[in-house]
Amino acid sequence: MTKSILLVGVGGQGTILASKILTTGLMEASHDVKMSEIHGMSQRGGSVSSQVRYAENKGEKVMSPVIEKGKADIVVSFEKMEALRALDYLKEDGTLVVNNEEIPSMSVITGEEEYPEDVFEEINKHVEAKVVNATALARELGNEKAANMILLGTIIKAMGLEAIDWDSILSANIKPQFVELNKKALRVGMDAVA
Amino acid sequence: MKRLMTGDEAIARGAYEAGVSYASAYPGTPSTEILENLSTYKGIYAEWAPNEKVAMESAIGASVAGLRSIVSMKHVGMNVAADPLFTWAYMGVNGGNVVVTADEPGMFSSQNEQDNRNYAKAAKLAMLEPADSQECVDMVKAAYELGEKFDTPFIIRMTTRVCHSKSIVELNDRADVPAKAWEKNPAKYVCLPAIARKLRVKVEERMKALAQYSEESPFNRVEMGDTKVGVIASGVCYYYGKEVWGEKASYLKLGFTNPLPANLIKDFCSKVDKVYILEENDPYIEEFVRRQGCECIGKDVFPAYGEMTPDVIRACVTGTPNKTMEFDRSKLINRAPTFCAGCPHRGLFYRLGKRKDIMISGDIGCYTLAAGKPYSAMDSTVCMGASISLGAGAQRAFNMEGVNRRVVTVLGDSTFFHTGINSLINTVYNKSNTVNIILDNRITGMTGHQNNPGTGYTAKNEETTIIKIEDLVRAIGVKHVYVINPNDLKEVDETLDKCLALDEPSVIITRWPCALKKFSQEDREEFESLFVTRNRVDADKCIGCKLCLKAGCPAMSYNKETKKVVINGVQCVGCDVCTQVCPKSAIVKED
Repeated sequence: MTKSILLVGVGGQGTILASKILTTGLMEASHDVKMSEIHGMSQRGGSVSSQVRYAENKGEKVMSPVIEKGKADIVVSFEKMEALRALDYLKEDGTLVVNNEEIPSMSVITGEEEYPEDVFEEINKHVEAKVVNATALARELGNEKAANMILLGTIIKAMGLEAIDWDSILSANIKPQFVELNKKALRVGMDAVA
Repeated sequence: MKRLMTGDEAIARGAYEAGVSYASAYPGTPSTEILENLSTYKGIYAEWAPNEKVAMESAIGASVAGLRSIVSMKHVGMNVAADPLFTWAYMGVNGGNVVVTADEPGMFSSQNEQDNRNYAKAAKLAMLEPADSQECVDMVKAAYELGEKFDTPFIIRMTTRVCHSKSIVELNDRADVPAKAWEKNPAKYVCLPAIARKLRVKVEERMKALAQYSEESPFNRVEMGDTKVGVIASGVCYYYGKEVWGEKASYLKLGFTNPLPANLIKDFCSKVDKVYILEENDPYIEEFVRRQGCECIGKDVFPAYGEMTPDVIRACVTGTPNKTMEFDRSKLINRAPTFCAGCPHRGLFYRLGKRKDIMISGDIGCYTLAAGKPYSAMDSTVCMGASISLGAGAQRAFNMEGVNRRVVTVLGDSTFFHTGINSLINTVYNKSNTVNIILDNRITGMTGHQNNPGTGYTAKNEETTIIKIEDLVRAIGVKHVYVINPNDLKEVDETLDKCLALDEPSVIITRWPCALKKFSQEDREEFESLFVTRNRVDADKCIGCKLCLKAGCPAMSYNKETKKVVINGVQCVGCDVCTQVCPKSAIVKED
């Protein structure tokens, strides 16, 4: 079986690093893996997404690098409203993790649109969201930017990937001064959805 | 050793392993990372050219002189390079050469969706289409072997999903490929009519030989399974098809796609009950299959535009889209890309958008975002460098018709070097009176910060001559040249007033670095207090009028409870545009 993980957020939130760590770990653990992301104009404060697909069993191959609508096993949204947009991709019994963080878009800043107040009410009509205060928890760890590793921790837990040696993957792929912070953040994330 | 690589990284890896030693490109999404990666390999000389035509001509030169060379570009870049491409096809190669075109089905970062496989057909060049990163490596390596054997440059056609998707690649050592000797050979390299007529005949012979090779190429392969459904696919569409049908279909995977293998296709079609053609954009394969007298299902069912992902295929074949959750879409807010906090384009467009009786002729770059709210400061965008020339045409038309409308053209520094220079020569030579603004943010911004002729550094970060835009435009003959700080709104207004009052062409260079740029020593010396401060709102003075928000800075927002504006200190870099907009002097420097 091929598993599909969708990470969505806003440019600059660190979705790309989170998916890089995730895919590297999966490859090191001998899973076939593909990842797809769109960058370019979307970096400038627009919506961003990273799609990760991996073969559950060793020896199996991943075909499409792209996740189909209605077929993601898990959607992790780094921003509250973006979780709603990504619902199109979540499968019926899939897992939704949402960072409880509002980032106003330009249309909200200039007053053209209002940031919707009842995002969670709307989401919960369709799926029970696992809400994580990743940004606030990261701030407690001393760096708001570690929210991406907290959210990666939730994926690892939800997908049952705890057996992979994530600490060594982090050490090999992150600047030395940030390794300890990120290791801690990963554990906070894993506990947050326990 | 195995590594996860994007298609772009894998093209660079393949070139390295194939012993390529010369690379040139102009940045363009989704192809930019090919040259960025090539520039990191030892043994490869890599450079950014001012445009794709120049990049291709340099690569031809390296090939003629005996080196294996590579040139990469986004799909629209191929239009710029098309002039040398078509004649190069006659000349053939000495050292092998690969031309990579990165097409954009779905137009994530492009102005059109052209299918560059048509170029291979029109220019009569061999073409390969990789489906994943491993194939990028394998095909690049094969292209040099085959290209030198058949005496042809190779086109490798990528798409965004192949360029920007990661999959696992097996790494190998670099081949030791000595340079071939250069020999004086006008019968091959001087395309005079008399010579070209002879080469033209050779091209047809070459195409026949390549067509024969295409029948047995390992990149065109049949995978027989259930014969009720047959799928013919190229590029990433092969994997999309496998995702949809799995073992419940037979496949003809096409990787060598010009010339196409007629016999292989006819044989495959005869063995299956019905044939689906999976290809993005044009019915390039489909038309060939039909010409062979084979029935197939193609663009009559599948869309001619956009990506053909598995969900799109499923919906077209079954008539029922995948089941998704039906949520209330009115709760979604628009999240379009915007100028970053501290973007030096903000001040200019905030003021330019307020001018009446002008038409703003725009160009390709981050600044094209000025077309949207809150600026609404762009009235046309076509292609690289078009702002100045399209503007000259429009201004002439307004003048001829006696319409009181001035044309302001806007383009970036790298775009000016790309093809804007020719357009400005036209403006001066033909006595236009447009106001031409060159947004000099000291880097090629939109594609992720590549050096250009104005930055003083090469693709390999070596120091080089800085080509100064103001010297260049003066040399062209522009008499009215102003270099201004775009964050100073008064200076922006006054300069615009001066230039709009002229009956001659003028150039305004807005000179301030991109806020995301890694600043050079020269930047730090030239620009005082470069993004070292941050601002805050003095809540006692803020009256909540929201005027500052109309400058469109993502670091600012309105707090409904306090009825005051707040500035996000993490994002703010102290450009001070908002400070000048606030009528109550409520925005102050943080201590």
